[in-house]
Amino acid sequence: MVPPYSPGETPAKSGDQGGSLHEPYPALPEGGVMGNRVAIVGTGQTNHCTKRLDVNGTELIYEAVQRALADAELKMKDIDGVIIGNMDHFEGINYVDCWSIDGSGGIGKPTLKVTTGGTTGSTLAIAGAHMVGSGMFEKLMVIGWEKNSESDTTAAITTAFDPVWDRLVFAGAISGLAVQASVYNATTGATERDAARVTVRDRRHACLNPYAHLRKEVTIEEVLSSPPLADPLKLLDMCPRTDGACAVVFASESVAEKICPRPAWVLGTSNRHLYTYLGDADYSGLPSLRLASRELYRKVGIREPLKEIDVMELYLPYSVAGLSWIEELGLCGLGEGPRLLWDGVTDLGGELPINPSGGVISCNPIGATGLIRCAEAALQVMGKAQLRQVPDVKIALSSGFGGCWWSDLLMYGVRKPA
Amino acid sequence: MERVAIVGVGQTKQERNKVYETFADMVFEAVQQALHQAGIGIDRIGNVVTVSNDFWDGRTISSMAVNDACGSYDKNISTVEGDGTFGAFYGMTRILSGAYDTTLVVAHSKGSESQSSHITNAMFDPVYLRSLGIDNITSAALQARRYLNRYGITEEQCALVSVKNHGNALLNPLAHLPMRLTVPQVLGSRLLADPIKLLDASPVSDGACALILAREEVAREITSRPVWVRGVGYSADAYHLGDRDLADCDALVQAAGRAFRMAGIHDPRREIDLVELYDAFSYQELLWTEGLGLCGRGQGGNLLESGATQREGEIPVNPSGGLLSAHTVIAAGLIRMAEVFLQLREEAGARQVPDVKTGLAHGVNGPCGQSHCVWVLGI
Repeated sequence: MVPPYSPGETPAKSGDQGGSLHEPYPALPEGGVMGNRVAIVGTGQTNHCTKRLDVNGTELIYEAVQRALADAELKMKDIDGVIIGNMDHFEGINYVDCWSIDGSGGIGKPTLKVTTGGTTGSTLAIAGAHMVGSGMFEKLMVIGWEKNSESDTTAAITTAFDPVWDRLVFAGAISGLAVQASVYNATTGATERDAARVTVRDRRHACLNPYAHLRKEVTIEEVLSSPPLADPLKLLDMCPRTDGACAVVFASESVAEKICPRPAWVLGTSNRHLYTYLGDADYSGLPSLRLASRELYRKVGIREPLKEIDVMELYLPYSVAGLSWIEELGLCGLGEGPRLLWDGVTDLGGELPINPSGGVISCNPIGATGLIRCAEAALQVMGKAQLRQVPDVKIALSSGFGGCWWSDLLMYGVRKPA
Repeated sequence: MERVAIVGVGQTKQERNKVYETFADMVFEAVQQALHQAGIGIDRIGNVVTVSNDFWDGRTISSMAVNDACGSYDKNISTVEGDGTFGAFYGMTRILSGAYDTTLVVAHSKGSESQSSHITNAMFDPVYLRSLGIDNITSAALQARRYLNRYGITEEQCALVSVKNHGNALLNPLAHLPMRLTVPQVLGSRLLADPIKLLDASPVSDGACALILAREEVAREITSRPVWVRGVGYSADAYHLGDRDLADCDALVQAAGRAFRMAGIHDPRREIDLVELYDAFSYQELLWTEGLGLCGRGQGGNLLESGATQREGEIPVNPSGGLLSAHTVIAAGLIRMAEVFLQLREEAGARQVPDVKTGLAHGVNGPCGQSHCVWVLGI
């Protein structure tokens, strides 16, 4: 069973909030599950790196789109519509869906933009699933991209917060995550060495992924002795800034298996964007992930995620998330994350490999990052992940993280959903 | 395919400067009104799609500012950036996918906190165009000049659009600029970018709009007068202005074609009773009526002069006053849908047009109408 949380285990901020997190999760009034079946039939990624000086944004997008089309053996004329997303303030370009249309292939097609900050990529994937699931599209091109080298990332992220109450005290993503790391370590007794194990895992996996940005193994000692950023986080605890794009072709049941003999079926989606203000957030963990995962497990019928899910591609932007957030996903109890890491449960070859791609710590083109998680999870289900392939994947999960401690989730299966 | 209906709408008043209201305040007001009109609580809302723009709001992740206000706590939520009509489309697909029974769609825009010229300059190519200072007004002037030259449309005809729409706004208590104007007044107003004069251009307004979509069964439970989505389509054109003939509007023709096919409409001029379209500039109403197939190419001016698009005409266009009377950039298209909803339900108050059975709402994204979204709604 999914381990229940009780108010004693996690410091609830208010009675109301603590109460809403209890298992068993109350049934929602909605049906919840997708009515029409949707599958991923092709994916494409650019070769991600710090600075893609050889291309502009439109060309970067074009590269990912061409690779996705090649993977699905389709031409742009076969595609019914385009969804695209990024974070505008990074590149400083307004109306990106309009500007990038020579690269996205959206001319003469229904084209729209979806964006939710760090969760943009996963939000795009969820949009792809619903828009094809609606029956109004057969084959949809979903594109996430970012050219972080053209931006001042921290300055841009800072404008996400309320100009009066939050902005003056918010010093970028790193410091916010450092607060969560401090709370987690203080609450559970986890150490910086435990967190370093997460970086070591992701960076080792990245060496098997030709598209990853940072393809070089690091040791625990290297992580611990890397330059401090915001206590207790150090350089190698954090994700990089990356230039890159990802494109994923979603298809309806009527054509999916004709395009791809073993497509990745979307079993369900769920998300929670709980907070507007930093002061409202619960830094003891990631409640949005807890709530979203319980909804998704219930929709898909997952009772023991550690046993039933074969691989996860998680948006873990820093090392401590690799301990704390897998607890929120119900893989283990509070404070037990480090044990799973040290036991190798989440390594390639372990019971539930996490981030065989190398994850976000190895590659982070922000607007694409969540969609890369989706593409990598789909590759695992499709059996096309090459050196980083986990054997016999039947069910995979991908996540997105961003905004004010928000979470998105998608689950994929090798078998069509009931 | 399952049918989807609109069961409630809410609009704030559209004003020059809502100095006492934040984005969240405006969104809360629109959402509360929509829930009130539908007669349901936030607990009946299955999921939320917000619509906003990071540049206009001066915030990255602009949707974050309205999370609390739109009531999305512990619900599934997503955000479309662009005109509200596109957000409504995504909201509808989230119902048609079978995942949700209802979607709340809410869009906001607060132009008073921005400089329109800078924001819209950022739409253009950063290398070749931006440094020329091109913005929404100067790019529209290029399009207007091309359109006027190619079809012999006159500045007087454009001015007449302004006179009509500002006049219609006199009956709309939510409009920003209700005005009794004459053609000479419009022609004599300050030149912004030839041939566009001050009264040919829409203002920049603050406001928000919300609407609630529901699947058929749920819509009938909520209201006895659901407004049905009969057809919807959207399409995008090339980006670089030089790659298009600006006197054409191919993307609108495609978007309308998709919406009409879905709705089974063969002769829009006869089968549609009322149009709310995205008249950011006076010439655009004429051009868009052509793109929507209400008249032939180059006939927009003649259609207007025939009186057909007047409030009392055969096919009233923008009886609300349109964008010329209130331009809440991101919310503007969603407000067109809300206005058509009110007309179809005979709840439009003083601006009510009699016998409206089928209405059309239209939204635009990008420079010179690069991307269009067309909705056909019916009672």
